[in-house]
Amino acid sequence: MRDVVANIDLSETSVRDLNARLHAVAPDTNDKSFSVLNPNGAHAIAAGLTEALHVGIEGHVGYYCAGMNQEAVVEIHGNAGTGVAENIMSGEVRVHGNASQSAGASGHGGLVVIGGDASARCGISMKGVDIVVGGSVGHMSAFMAQAGYLVVRGDAGHDLGDSIYEAVLYIAGKVESLGSDCVEKDMTDAHKATLTHLLRRAGMDADANGFRRFGSARTLYNFKIDNAGQY
Amino acid sequence: MCGIVGLFLKDQALRPNLGAMVSPMLIGMGDRGRDSAGLAVYRDPAPPGSIKMTLRRVDGDEDWENLKVELAAGLGISVSGTEFDDHLLLRAATDAETVRDWLKNNRPEVRVVGAGQKIEIFKKAGRPEDIVARYGLDGLDGSHAVGHTRMATESAVTTQHSHPFSTGLDLCLVHNGSLSNHNRLRRWLMRHDIEFETDNDTEVAAGYITYRMRQGATLEEALEAALVDLDGFYTFAVGTADGFAVLRDPVACKPAVMAETDGWVAMASEFRSIAHLPGANDAHIWEPVPATVYTWGHA
Repeated sequence: MRDVVANIDLSETSVRDLNARLHAVAPDTNDKSFSVLNPNGAHAIAAGLTEALHVGIEGHVGYYCAGMNQEAVVEIHGNAGTGVAENIMSGEVRVHGNASQSAGASGHGGLVVIGGDASARCGISMKGVDIVVGGSVGHMSAFMAQAGYLVVRGDAGHDLGDSIYEAVLYIAGKVESLGSDCVEKDMTDAHKATLTHLLRRAGMDADANGFRRFGSARTLYNFKIDNAGQY
Repeated sequence: MCGIVGLFLKDQALRPNLGAMVSPMLIGMGDRGRDSAGLAVYRDPAPPGSIKMTLRRVDGDEDWENLKVELAAGLGISVSGTEFDDHLLLRAATDAETVRDWLKNNRPEVRVVGAGQKIEIFKKAGRPEDIVARYGLDGLDGSHAVGHTRMATESAVTTQHSHPFSTGLDLCLVHNGSLSNHNRLRRWLMRHDIEFETDNDTEVAAGYITYRMRQGATLEEALEAALVDLDGFYTFAVGTADGFAVLRDPVACKPAVMAETDGWVAMASEFRSIAHLPGANDAHIWEPVPATVYTWGHA
């Protein structure tokens, strides 16, 4: 059965009312598809969703769009402000334009796809989310990234992966510089298979052969018995 | 927090609408700062040999008519002016320093908010929508404007502490962020003949730019030097006679969005202050790169 699309116009409805309506959708209904019109850069649009909704946003959004997302698919047909999909737990957030800083920050799961560029600190402190960026990412991306994959088809700004834990970074373009304890690693067939799967999930047609892999040298966060006296 | 906005009209046909276009930008940043607001508008140039100065009275008793008469008689020049509530937009057939000296001796309680051929600065403690209404900012024409909404974090909420800060003739500065070495830098600048009215950090950045340009630096060179000498967080917008400049610190956690169409260039802390501009949804939109000076202006 085809879902009914409900249009919600933010020139007539407040973000608070929009989100309340999205939060109130019952799990056992077929009416799970929504279109948000005239977002005009408002903050926290479609934040805190917990059901498997589809929310399409027709325009540019402000801060923390689709933050804390669970299960829902949120699609932004425009640019996103700071912290899009911040702390995402599951589901998908797709930005068809560019994203501002801290995209996917501290995300625990799910998928974030950014068609254009993401700016500074993309994937900061990511904890299991997978992030695929069609363009480039800004400085200090994947800072303190703990788990999950960050895929960048363009370039990465300075200090990529600073103080990284066990997240894995695949970068196709230039890397301006690596942050502390982030190193380039071998790209095996298994890694290429993982990357190919990530690109396919993101809906991007790219060859895994063009990418390099980066991750933690594990000298910063591992306990070393030689350092016991420092504590 | 704090919000900053800038609008530069490339299409001269839009100039009658400058105030109507920029006022919603300022009001749109009200959620980022409710303490005070200000707008520098560039319009209606004074003829060569004359100066435009925006004055502000601190107490309610200043009689602008008397001031104009006494200033004209005292300096033997022609003086005119338009009153905007507690601000007076003064036009005098002399230079800024001469008027400043006369005010210091005869009206020490009157503040000079800005001076130059084109600049007019309006600022006051209060909400941006109140400030737009009080001075009728939405009705002003002009070529470009720079504005600020303040949420004070490091010094008092007064009109004197509010932005834009004048940094020289036809120059002003607005700031989102906080500087950490402003006390030491203020003392250093005071030893180099830069005067300060408040303990505000942004006033120090303004004084720093004034100092560098007095030493012969261009605005771009002064801002490049600021990257070395100013410690802290900042997105700056600097209004100039011909346009405006934007600079973000190297860490760049204070936001900035730029948008450009054939008709205008706009910058704001957030896109929602740009969304209402004609053609915004189809504009070229990007974020200024950290530690890089951007300038827009008439060639």
